[in-house]
Amino acid sequence: MSIKVKIVSPEKVLFAHDADMVVMPGAEGDIAAMPEHAPLMLTLRGGVVDVYEDGAVTHRFFVAGGFADIAPTHCTILADRATGLAELSVDDAEARLAALEKSYEEADKMNVPALDILMGKMQSARAEIDAAQSAVPAMSI
Amino acid sequence: MASLKELRARIGSVKSTRKITSAMKMVAAAKLRRAETRAAAARPYADAMRRMLAEVARSVAGEGGQPALLTGTGQDKVHLLVPMSSDRGLAGAFNSNINRTTRNLVLRLQAEGKTVKLLPVGRKTHDFLEREFSDLIIGHRHLAAGKEIPFSAASELGEQISSLLDKGEFDVCTLVYNQFRNVMTQTPTEMQLIPLALPENDNAEQADVASYEFEPDEATLLSSLLPRNLQVQLYATMLETAAGENGARMTAMDNATRNAGKAIDRLTLTYNRTRQTNITNELIEIISGAQAV
Repeated sequence: MSIKVKIVSPEKVLFAHDADMVVMPGAEGDIAAMPEHAPLMLTLRGGVVDVYEDGAVTHRFFVAGGFADIAPTHCTILADRATGLAELSVDDAEARLAALEKSYEEADKMNVPALDILMGKMQSARAEIDAAQSAVPAMSI
Repeated sequence: MASLKELRARIGSVKSTRKITSAMKMVAAAKLRRAETRAAAARPYADAMRRMLAEVARSVAGEGGQPALLTGTGQDKVHLLVPMSSDRGLAGAFNSNINRTTRNLVLRLQAEGKTVKLLPVGRKTHDFLEREFSDLIIGHRHLAAGKEIPFSAASELGEQISSLLDKGEFDVCTLVYNQFRNVMTQTPTEMQLIPLALPENDNAEQADVASYEFEPDEATLLSSLLPRNLQVQLYATMLETAAGENGARMTAMDNATRNAGKAIDRLTLTYNRTRQTNITNELIEIISGAQAV
């Protein structure tokens, strides 16, 4: 049994293949999509998507938030922005985080929805830094 | 009758014009192919987004307090028009079609007593509307002239429109863009963005599957899907505009090249005739001179 996994960003399809399991960072906790999973739609936070085949991780992608559509036979991940883990850059993400923290300081503290959006973006940038750092040692081995 | 020298100069100038137009045609053809590939690459995301949105919207249908992006403000007084053109000219009627459609739409809405605001995207329509309705323009954007359009261009525009809606600056938002039918034809089209015309739920193959669960709840999911959907739609039309611009330019430059060829033929004929007349005249002069001696 396998499910059809598709990871798409607004610009293109990044990954489309059959897999045994996909672990994705749901907004309310990580979720694994496996065959025969009940239909579920969820929002994603920034984090790493792991694609498993034959009990091992075959592909890892960083997604900066998005949505996922899980069904018994397929799993579609709509990422706001998606990159292979190896192509991430710590410096880029840190620069982005610094800019976000600055705009958070300057933001109107009464405007809760806007603050929520900024918080989400900061979380995504932090997750990107973590993901980029974790990818570097793996590359050197 | 123009002199031989003048005719030679004109033939030369039309020939170099033809070289330029045929080069522009080839460049447009290459860019068109790239733009079409990009538009095709962006389609899976838009399709998946549409399916999700239809699914979520179906499950909240009939409940009150839905986001303004979906239902609008409930009024129909202030219209925001977003005409989308290219940044560069020499693309046949591509941009003037958008300009004409927008002007007619503005005049029609004003005749109905509505307030109209304009947010032109693309240099060509901005330049035009600046002359016609400069007091209605509330902002403008340019596309990346000649370069590939990043998704961020669409997401910034989408955020701008959403925040204008939150501030109650408009009730209805309509996009005017060139729909890409094929290389030869692009049709100026009006598309209502807000309130959103809900997409058809085409989950036909899933009709017998148990209904979806949502995490977080439907309303939260819907309110984060809608702004994203707006951006995706804008992105799709931007890509369509880029493809259409190059298609229109290709057709226009093909015609121009052909016309230049015809003009060269005509000028060459006149040139040869004039040359022959001149020779004949000189011969007559020599012969009559010889006879007189």
